[in-house]
Amino acid sequence: MARIIVITSGKGGVGKTTTAAAMAMGLAQRGHRTAVIDFDVGLRNLDLIMGCERRVVYDFVNVINGEANLNQALIRDKRCDSLYVLPASQTRDKEALTQEGVGKVLEELGKGYDYIVCDSPAGIEHGATMAMYFADDAVVVTNPEVSSVRDSDRMLGILASKSRRAETGEEPIKEHLLLTRYSPQRVERGEMLSVQDVQEILSLNLIGVIPESPAVLNASNAGIPVVLDIESSAGKAYNDMVSRYLGEDLPMRFVEAERKGIFSRFFGG
Amino acid sequence: MGLLDVFRASRKKAGSASLAKERLQILVAHDRAFRNRPSYLPKLQQEILAVIRKYVEVDMDAVSVNYEQDETQEILELNIVLPDSGGRG
Ligand SMILES: Nc1ncnc2c1ncn2[C@@H]1O[C@H](COP(=O)(O)OP(=O)(O)OP(=O)(O)O)[C@@H](O)[C@H]1O
Ligand SMILES: [Mg+2]
Repeated sequence: MARIIVITSGKGGVGKTTTAAAMAMGLAQRGHRTAVIDFDVGLRNLDLIMGCERRVVYDFVNVINGEANLNQALIRDKRCDSLYVLPASQTRDKEALTQEGVGKVLEELGKGYDYIVCDSPAGIEHGATMAMYFADDAVVVTNPEVSSVRDSDRMLGILASKSRRAETGEEPIKEHLLLTRYSPQRVERGEMLSVQDVQEILSLNLIGVIPESPAVLNASNAGIPVVLDIESSAGKAYNDMVSRYLGEDLPMRFVEAERKGIFSRFFGG
Repeated sequence: MGLLDVFRASRKKAGSASLAKERLQILVAHDRAFRNRPSYLPKLQQEILAVIRKYVEVDMDAVSVNYEQDETQEILELNIVLPDSGGRG
């Protein structure tokens, strides 16, 4: 049975889809059969970030409604054999994701995969609750900024109460904190909450710190998950995060401001 | 510590991040207490209000219920505001 990972956040636009794409690709690259599902019905961004938007024929809702079977809807990644994408529907109403329907699809998928990564919409609306309901693990994506941190804490409350695991009294969902768009320079200047600050406030297991990086926009422009850009800081940080998820003990990188040379310190700022 | 580091350290204190942290700590503690309070509280509040109103003419918001929890104890605090005078039947 596959392990189900939900990528979630209270506040929107913090980097969930970027993370879902990176984590799914990272797991698949390490040889795990992985499916990544877009739960953001109506918006549908994951296929763009994965670079498979032109190969979408059927979607998640088609499968739930029995208009297509899973194998027709799943798109195999061209770069990695063990990665498949299940795109979201663009037009249907959000209620199309029924708990029963989602449960069935996840169960069927679960037989053939090691990991199922669920890219959730932000907040607590219907699609988000569906994405988290069946989860075994949650990655709570957070920016070092007041409203994002507060909303992440709210998500923790919901993960702990409104999930299958909570309802059946099983071991609770394993929650991980992923801090994204981190800028060590701004932290050093005292303008931005630090990793330690956020951890102190949320007291969660920290699975990674992804620095603010132009490579993320470049990657999304090209439809390539940033984890494949192994030269970039964000790509390296996402790779570390995947390894940590799989049990490796790695130190956090890119959390200290780079020491600039004396010239750039005086002239470049 | 070099001269530049001294500048840096003094700048750090002036930054707004420490303020953000302080505010968040208070807010998150409050949110968590609110989440953890027993689900019967609103009903309890309603029923107490109904009982009080049998005997005293009080406003609909005269009863407030506060719940607090720390490691060792749970505190249920009831506050009932009675009218100034002449309200008693
Ligand atoms: N580490 C980063 N560095 C720079 N830009 C980033 C980083 N992570 C995300 N972004 C940018 O932030 C924006 C939002 O990212 P993304 O779409 O992944 O967020 P989301 O949480 O899925 O949003 P939504 O809530 O709308 O689904 C994008 O423009 C993305 O390029
Ligand atoms: Mg998204």
